[in-house]
This record gives sequence, structure tokens and C-alpha cells, in this order.
Amino acid sequence: MSILINADTPVLMQGLGSRTGEFHCKEMLNYGTNIVAGVSPGKGGQSVLGIPLFNTVKDAVGATGATASMITVPPPTAADAIMEAADSGITLAVSVTDGIPAQDMIKVKRYMRMYRSERRMRLIGPNCSGIINPGKTMLGIMPSAIYTAGNVGIVSRSGTLGYEAALQIGDRGFGVSSSVGIGGDPIVGSTFHDILQLFEADDDTHAVVLIGEIGGPQEADAARYISESMSKPVVAYVAGRGTRRNQTMGHAGAIISAFGDSADEKQQILRDSGAFIAPLPCDIGATVVAALNPN
Amino acid sequence: MDIHEYQSKELLAGFGVNVPKGGLAYSPEQAAYRAREIGGAGWVVKAQVHSGGRAKAGGIKVCQDEESVYDMADSLFGTRLQTDQADGKGKVVYRIYVESLVPIAQEFYLGFVLDRKTEQIMVVASKAGGIEIEDIAAQQPESIIRCSVEPAVGMQAFQAKEVAFKLGIDPTHLNEAVDTIMASYRAFDELDATMVEINPLAVSTDGSLYAVDAKMTFDDNALYRHPDIAELRDKSQEDSSQTRATDRGLSYVGYDGDIACIVNGAGLAMATIEMLRHFGGEPSCFIDIGGGASADKVAKAIRLARRNTNMKSLLINVFAGINHCDRIAEGIVQAVEADELDVPLIVRLAGTRVAEGKKILSKSGLPLVRGDSLEEVTQRAVTAARRFKSVKKKST
Repeated sequence: MSILINADTPVLMQGLGSRTGEFHCKEMLNYGTNIVAGVSPGKGGQSVLGIPLFNTVKDAVGATGATASMITVPPPTAADAIMEAADSGITLAVSVTDGIPAQDMIKVKRYMRMYRSERRMRLIGPNCSGIINPGKTMLGIMPSAIYTAGNVGIVSRSGTLGYEAALQIGDRGFGVSSSVGIGGDPIVGSTFHDILQLFEADDDTHAVVLIGEIGGPQEADAARYISESMSKPVVAYVAGRGTRRNQTMGHAGAIISAFGDSADEKQQILRDSGAFIAPLPCDIGATVVAALNPN
Repeated sequence: MDIHEYQSKELLAGFGVNVPKGGLAYSPEQAAYRAREIGGAGWVVKAQVHSGGRAKAGGIKVCQDEESVYDMADSLFGTRLQTDQADGKGKVVYRIYVESLVPIAQEFYLGFVLDRKTEQIMVVASKAGGIEIEDIAAQQPESIIRCSVEPAVGMQAFQAKEVAFKLGIDPTHLNEAVDTIMASYRAFDELDATMVEINPLAVSTDGSLYAVDAKMTFDDNALYRHPDIAELRDKSQEDSSQTRATDRGLSYVGYDGDIACIVNGAGLAMATIEMLRHFGGEPSCFIDIGGGASADKVAKAIRLARRNTNMKSLLINVFAGINHCDRIAEGIVQAVEADELDVPLIVRLAGTRVAEGKKILSKSGLPLVRGDSLEEVTQRAVTAARRFKSVKKKST
């Protein structure tokens, strides 16, 4: 087991017609991802890397039974592509696109909620590195070579710090069950809380690394879940300590959550929840070892 | 992206917000002329800079005659306004807005922000207008009114009415207040703003409602669909390195230290700063090359880092996912071969195509310090900067 996807999950790619799409498709195929279809409006009937292209997601799902989608379309059409996936029977989508307008994401989230929870698509991202289940499959853009299979789950807002964690865990002789980059945008499809729930239920995951950062309510939400419902050890690092306060014009945003936005506050909230804190970014690996061998 | 007060007012007026009569000036003569054009017996002369706290810094003054409008404008043009919200160096005044003086009877705070928790646009209002929202939050948190707007249907009149009544706006001004609140929401929504702030929203002694000061900021990601807003960018209000970075698709943050850093991703940038400080170093700048960077973009980032004359060492820390280490290495070789570095160069490459990247660096024969972990390279960058300082001292 591991979370979200497995080696057999039939995957389609929205944006396979582009150069970036093709590059990521190749990387994922090399890793063993079961890519069955591509969507590229107007190119239906053609193929890329031996993978059949379809005009719409519905056509692709109808013909191939794909249940997951990797979305690599550019920002102006990304929100539309996510909503199309949600409407076409896709159950899991990863959006890696960086630069989607915030209001488009508000719309996407509202749109997804129209569906009953049983058939509501789960979205990872946008602006994220995706999902990797080492040794099995990858629905993302991470450097797959740094991951070894094991029992530590990783969930991170930052892509690069997720890689950093995987490297440090590997250096200490441990491996990763699943790593999920949830993305750095203000509005994202899945939160720390969502992914922690999946790790808690996953038999292959024995500990979880959570990498947070300044801004937003997600870490506090995660801390509540950790203290109330999490039985597995959680190692947390929060990036952005010592960062200057945003000094551009006006800070009306700051008053909405007067407490809990800064990295120091988040670190404290997570410590209070019982998480093992990695004080520095280079301490993630060692803290995982300590969390797995508490004596 | 930030814009000026006069631009925000013009945009809001287009949606039906009532603003005082005003005009823009690029010279003291023009400022005096604007005062005559506007008429009346009093004017406010306002420095147009991208920063709050202008009044406290002496950038806003009430004038009773054209001569003092001229004098005030004359004293402001070309100066650096040191507001507490501007970072250290202050912002230069190139534009002045002259506005009809509104005799204020009552003032309110009205703001609109994106609330990450509810994922909705939120109205934030307070009776304590005219002071900064942070101060309101600290001094009178109970005065703050919040109202979330369901994005699928937009703001409803009853919500605006609730806000207006909670603010204690006199019923004779209710319709104007509702119109102002609804219009500001529409401006936020339709123009992809990230913040709209009217502070103060004022009832004048003659019974009209005015947006006496206004600020708007916009979602950079949405500027492609608002070319008219994108045009309002004022590069004179940006740090020149930041402008260069933006124009080259890089992101740049300036600091006061002496270690220049080139990284990929905001998370790695924050972690690298923390490590440098842990070892007693301080960055001079952070340049984020983002994802999928070409060799050329990396070379541009290196040239940009070198503009900072404080630089004592240059750290390149890239953990490639969507990037390719070989392209990063090519960019490094390209930039350094074209123009030799006189400070130590410390490089860490990890992730996608790392073996290819390392090979390019080795083959180039460039003098550089390598490191494989975050800890190693940051420590080496700090040590190198320190040694470079002492070498420099000895030689001079």
C-alpha cells in the first residue's frame, strides 16, 4: 500500500500535446506510471510517445477508463482543465502549473464542491511537485532518483524542501512510503490535514514528515489533527523563520489571523501538538530517526 | 502589483465609488495649476509613492492657498519619503496628487482581502477609520467587522447593509454606503485585486460620502488578462535590481549581508537563509530562478547577483525537479567564463540530471567550492565570505 495512487492506476495527461507535457510524460513512463491517454484539444486521434490523444477528458476516460489526471497546461487555461477533469469522472488530479490566478482557484474549489463527496475529485496542487510512491509510480515532477522505498510519508508545501527531506531520509538509511507536494499557492486543492489523514490510515507509513511555511491557516489545522487523531509520529519543519514581515502597502490580510501566521508561531503550535520539531532544515533526517526510535 | 493612490481612485471611481476631485502633477507649477483647476478653498497635496504611512512621513499636507500648494509640491519632488512601511531606503516622489480638501465629520475603515481560510473575498471594516488597520487590530480589535462573500453569487446588498449598519453609518447615507461597498467588491472581483483598502471612507460635514484615501494591489498571476492594469506598473517605485529580476523572469529579494544566493523555489530560499544565519552569515540577495530555467536564465541570475557590490561569496543551491542540473551548470560556466568572478563561488547541485551537471562543472575547470548537502554548502559559503573579507583587508 501507499497513498493516493498505485502502480496500476490508469493515468491520463492533460497538456500532453506540449513540450513540457511530453517531457514529464517521458519521466513518468520511465518510472513505470501507467499512462493510458493524453488530452490535447484538436489533436484527438493522434498519439505522442505511443500514447493515444483525445480531444476531451470525457473521451479519454470513456475510451481508456483513466481515473487519475496529471495536468500540465499553462496558467490561463489551467483552472478550466481542472474543472473539466472534475466533471469527467477523474477521481484524482495533480496540477503542477505555477501562476494560476487566485480567483480562478476560488472558482475551481467552488465548482468541485458541486459534486457529492463520493464522486468529488481530489485535487493536489496547483503549483506543486505532485505525488511519488517510490518504486511503484509517480504522478509528479520530482527527481525520482533521490527516492528509495520505505515507511516515511512526506507532505510539503514547498517542492524543493520535499526533495530535501527525501534526500536526508535516504542518507540515514530510511525510505519513503509516499511523498506529496501540496503546493505553495494561497488556495490549494488538498491540505496538510487531508494528506495526514491518508498517512494515518496507511499501513506502510510509520512516520510522517510535514514541511510547512509562513502564511495561511494550514499548519494550525494540521496541528489540531495531530494532537487529536494522529497515532503515528510526525516530524515538522516550518520554513521562513526570521523572514521580514511583508512591508508592502496595506496589511488588511494580517488581521484575519492575527496569531499563527509566522514561522515561529507555527513551529510552537506544532510542537504543542506533539510533533517532533526539526529546528533547522538540515535536521529533518536526524529528527525522523529520533522519532522512529524514541528510546 | 502595487499601484498609486490616484490610480486606485480612478479605478474605483469607474465602478461608482465617490472620490474627491483631484489632479496629478509632475511639477510644482502643475500642482498649483491643478489647485486652481479644482477650485475651492483648501487642497491636500499628496506624495504618490508605493507605501503606506505617508502622512506620518510628511508626504501629505493640507494647503489653504495656491502658493503653499506650490511650496509643498516643490519640497516633495525628488525626495525620498522615509515611511515606516518602506524598507530602509524610502521611495522617491516623482508624482504628486492634488485633491480637494474634504472637511471630515466621521471616518471609517473599509477593506477587502482574500481570506485563505474560507477561500472567499472578505470585507473588513471598522469605525476607527483613518489609522492603519494593524493599529486598529491592536488597539480596538472589537471594532473590526468581517463579512465573507460567496464567490459564486458575489456580494449581496443585504450584506453591504449589514456592514454599513454595524459601522453606525447614519441612515441618510445608507444608500451611498451600500453602493460604495458593493462597487469596491466588484472592483476587487472584476480586476483580480488581492486587496482594496479605503481608509478613510469619510462622511463630509456637508453630508457626502468620499473615499479620501484608497489603495489597491493586484494578483500578478492575473495581470495577463488585465493589460490596462499591468500598464500601471511604476518601476520608479521598485528597487532597481528587483525591476531587472522581474523583467528577466526571476524573483529577487535584497538583504543587507554579503552572501549572494541563487536558488530554485521559495521554500529552498527560506531554508537557505536560515542555514546561512545559523552559521553566522547574512545574504546580500536571493534570486529565485523558478522551475524549468534555461542556461541563459541562470547566467542572467549570476550577472544580477554581481550588481551588488557587497558580495563576498556567491552561493548557488539548486535542487532540481523540473529544472535540469546540466542546464544550471551550463549557465554557471557561461556566466563565469564570460566575466571572471572575483569572489568565491560555492555550488550545490542535486536532483534531476545531477551527474550530467557535475560533469559539466568538472570539465570546465572553473575554480569553485562544491558541497553535497544544504548544511555543507551554506557553511562553506559563510566561511568563504569571511575569508574573502580578511584577504581583502590584508591586501588593502
